[in-house]
Amino acid sequence: MKSTAATPPYTLNHPRWYRKRVSTYWWLQRWEYLRFVLREISSVFIAIFVVELLFQIYALSRGPESYAVFLSFLRNPFVLALNVLSLFFVVFHSITWFNLSARAMSIRVGGKKIPGFMISGPNFVAWFVISAVIAWLLLRA
Amino acid sequence: MADTINLEVSRYSPESDPAPHFQSFEVPYRKDWVVLDALNYIKDKQDGSLTYRWSCRMGICGSCGMLVNGEPKLTCATFLADYAPAPVRVEPLRNFPVVRDLVIAMNDFMRKLQKMKPWLIRKEEKPVSEGEYLQSPEELEAFKQYSMCINCMLCYAACPVYGLDPLFSGPAAIALAQRYNLDSRDQGAKDRFPVLSQHDAIWGCTFVGECTRVCPKHVDPAGAIQQYKLTAALDWVKSVVMPWGGK
Amino acid sequence: MDPQPTKLRIEPLLWILFSAGGVVAAFLVPIQLFFLGIATPLRMFQASEHTAAIDILRLPLVRLYLFVLCSVPLFHAAHRIRYTLYDGLQIKHLNEVIAVACYGGAVIGTLIAGFLLWSFH
Repeated sequence: MKSTAATPPYTLNHPRWYRKRVSTYWWLQRWEYLRFVLREISSVFIAIFVVELLFQIYALSRGPESYAVFLSFLRNPFVLALNVLSLFFVVFHSITWFNLSARAMSIRVGGKKIPGFMISGPNFVAWFVISAVIAWLLLRA
Repeated sequence: MADTINLEVSRYSPESDPAPHFQSFEVPYRKDWVVLDALNYIKDKQDGSLTYRWSCRMGICGSCGMLVNGEPKLTCATFLADYAPAPVRVEPLRNFPVVRDLVIAMNDFMRKLQKMKPWLIRKEEKPVSEGEYLQSPEELEAFKQYSMCINCMLCYAACPVYGLDPLFSGPAAIALAQRYNLDSRDQGAKDRFPVLSQHDAIWGCTFVGECTRVCPKHVDPAGAIQQYKLTAALDWVKSVVMPWGGK
Repeated sequence: MDPQPTKLRIEPLLWILFSAGGVVAAFLVPIQLFFLGIATPLRMFQASEHTAAIDILRLPLVRLYLFVLCSVPLFHAAHRIRYTLYDGLQIKHLNEVIAVACYGGAVIGTLIAGFLLWSFH
């Protein structure tokens, strides 16, 4: 049948078999793939947040004048719109992340696997609690 | 309710066609018919040259996997009633080469599966006189879900990474490796580790999760892969923090 | 049977960084982004003023918190962006370039964060 010489790691071209080329827009062809790519793209908005945060730290450390410039930059309607959009994406990241990490863990209690929502549930609660604590700390300062 | 339904079936004859094309068939619409019944009717009464795989017609052999309206499905478990009255589009599984009509070449999957050493590996075999390997219900639960795989390859048709990367091992192969890694009778986890902890195995997976969604036997290959990523990562930490650890 | 031992060593570490960054980002980024991007420009709270903000920033614990907030999520984003470019745009021939650019960017961001946070009094 097949020779035992080194087999290639992928399916070689066979002249009579038909192989469809995967389109560059494969992620648009099914709603599930688009949702996946949006989930991955949320990481871009996380990176944008970090860059903004670094600018804020830089502006703060340079003094009130540079901080005022930074504030006016934040007030720019395009920047505000970008941040609102980013907020949606980072929340999307959090929601998908907690759901994903529940599926990635297999915790057994007494031999039975505990259902996913018992892992993601506490994560969501912790998320709200931590956010509330941070908000409280920032508001009372 | 109309008494016929339209099936658009992908046809490809390597002798005469440059690429697959759709052929329309009108088949009787019976509420209890599945897509496989419709295909069998076409082959029986309308076009004997229609070529496709099937066997048990009850969702256990894994032969009849195809795309129904773009979704990977076992045609023996997909009811026409869920699609009526609209036409039903039947195509061969995505991400595999098409040999003829609805038949795909599965050599790649078979080879990748074999790479995972999907059998019990023992350091020493117990002699038969010593009796069976005993396993508690809890030990069975640890891997039972992953043993449900029927190798139908719907997960490969759903996985975009498999479509994009010809080297990717794919969901079922890794899930089956885990099935043996987690089996208490198996002692071969270290043998499988070098094959699994590669970019073309677990690290290539980006947890799209489509494989788990389409699996007809609820194997959850995505979960198996992520859990093994954690295992491999912890193993890496151990090897860095305690490099003297014995094998 | 043992190709590229370096890849075998790096991928688990990158995945650990990705996971850690994902956790940090999931818990902390939404509320922090709300305060940074919306509450601060709209002056919704006292600490959006410079005097209050710089006092908070000086605290060692805050510097450490912000360092974690800036560094780890960058590695998370780097990992995801790298794979999205690799899979999404299918530019595999640029694989090494993409990997270096993504993780290199995360390293540079981390260094900048460290410098910014501990270079003032």
